[in-house]
Amino acid sequence: MNYLEHIGKYFLMLSRVFRKPQRSKVFYQAFMKEIEDLGLKSLGIIMFISFFIGGVIALQTALNLENPFIPKSLVGFAAKRSIILEFAPTFCSIILAGKVGSYITSSIGTMRVTEQIDALEVMGINSLNHLVLPKVLATIFFYPFLISLGMFLGIFGGWTAGVLSGLFNGLDYIEGIQLDFKPFLLVYAIIKTLVFAFLIATVPSYHGYYVKGGSIAVGRASTQSVVWTTILIVIANYFLTQMLLT
Amino acid sequence: MIEVKNLHKGFGDVEVLKGISATFHPGKTNLIIGKSGSGKTVFLKSLIGLHTPEKGTISFDGRINTNFTQNEKQQWRQEIGMVFQGSALFDSQTVEDNVMFPLRMFTNKSDAEMLERVNFVLNRVNLENSNNKLPAELSGGMQKRVAIARAIVMNPKYLFCDEPNSGLDPRTAIVIDNLIQEITDEYKITTVINTHDMNSVMEIGEKIVFLEDGKKAWEGTSDDIFKTDNEAVVSFVYSSNLFRKVREAYLRETK
Repeated sequence: MNYLEHIGKYFLMLSRVFRKPQRSKVFYQAFMKEIEDLGLKSLGIIMFISFFIGGVIALQTALNLENPFIPKSLVGFAAKRSIILEFAPTFCSIILAGKVGSYITSSIGTMRVTEQIDALEVMGINSLNHLVLPKVLATIFFYPFLISLGMFLGIFGGWTAGVLSGLFNGLDYIEGIQLDFKPFLLVYAIIKTLVFAFLIATVPSYHGYYVKGGSIAVGRASTQSVVWTTILIVIANYFLTQMLLT
Repeated sequence: MIEVKNLHKGFGDVEVLKGISATFHPGKTNLIIGKSGSGKTVFLKSLIGLHTPEKGTISFDGRINTNFTQNEKQQWRQEIGMVFQGSALFDSQTVEDNVMFPLRMFTNKSDAEMLERVNFVLNRVNLENSNNKLPAELSGGMQKRVAIARAIVMNPKYLFCDEPNSGLDPRTAIVIDNLIQEITDEYKITTVINTHDMNSVMEIGEKIVFLEDGKKAWEGTSDDIFKTDNEAVVSFVYSSNLFRKVREAYLRETK
């Protein structure tokens, strides 16, 4: 199957996903479950990685600023910009594409190969709407909170690393964080997060839903879904940056 | 009653069903038998609307399913119960939630009413006290019984079973066969079973359709199957020594 066919099939899938749920009560329960599975269960890894990567960004920035004419507050400023603009929205989304994407593909793919999706269809249930829409809405709703938490912990990790290592002063770092604060950059990061959240939910769902074969096919589809979600996040990141920041 | 007329279905260049016609009557267990690759599963999936036929019609009590409006299709779907080969239970849900799922989706019953109905059908398939178990905690036979309970919870007019005995020991297989036949008699359902299992054919085959190479090669009852000289049926059914001997004994007795 060529790429154009996949793209067409993906958009046809979306047209079946975005329909009114057949039962709002059942949909609400599924939505809350997805918030837990796709969002809350990713809190730990995002908190852990954000804190330490924030620390590394601050340390490396400090170690590369040897010129005494450059103010030490630049460390906080650079760390803040790197974390808000790129690390939190883009790299955390790539991490989530790996963790959540493989989960979505394997769970939907297993439902496909064990005929659970056929069972839904025979009952008269729009299986795409039932399975995918709660995932899409859960990621779009929850990931902005998750990424915002990642931003905060990344910046806090930078401060902690500086204070513990003695490479820069905590007050200089805080001054740098406050320097040239542009609220639009936060809006930009959240817009990126929303687009990436949509990709993280839909691309792996596509790979899982249309899987053919058995367990090996499900494993292969999981790998492909992570690769394609990552590629699409990187491409979307480039275009969004060009559209919103230039 | 389900009437199939001149059904054709293919995938790419491969024609799987080549003009099958058959009638399945209510209150009877109708069996579709045939070798692997004969088109049984495609035929069954066409009957339940998972495959769209290229030619031919399938009518359910006079209603042709390809002519349904969206609402009629939705209504028709609720008249269908399906037991899949691997049970197809939702593995993240308990037995109770699995059986209750169609009720939640399509009825306005209260929680208490739904639970009452779920307990009724679980009792009917002899599965008391398993409400809170997950499918992974059940044996293959119990999973099949949950699948039957889920299939009949909406009081279907048509019940379809895809190899309900596969992977079960002979004793459990007979229990499942008898259960399906009892339910068929009790609720006057039109039941269509896809099977390889010759024990099922002998035990519950009130009407048997034999498929070969995408065509209907023979049809009759479990008694007729002993008498037939149809080469394809004889070579399929009596490939085992046991059934050959049973047939010889039957023919000796009825001479």
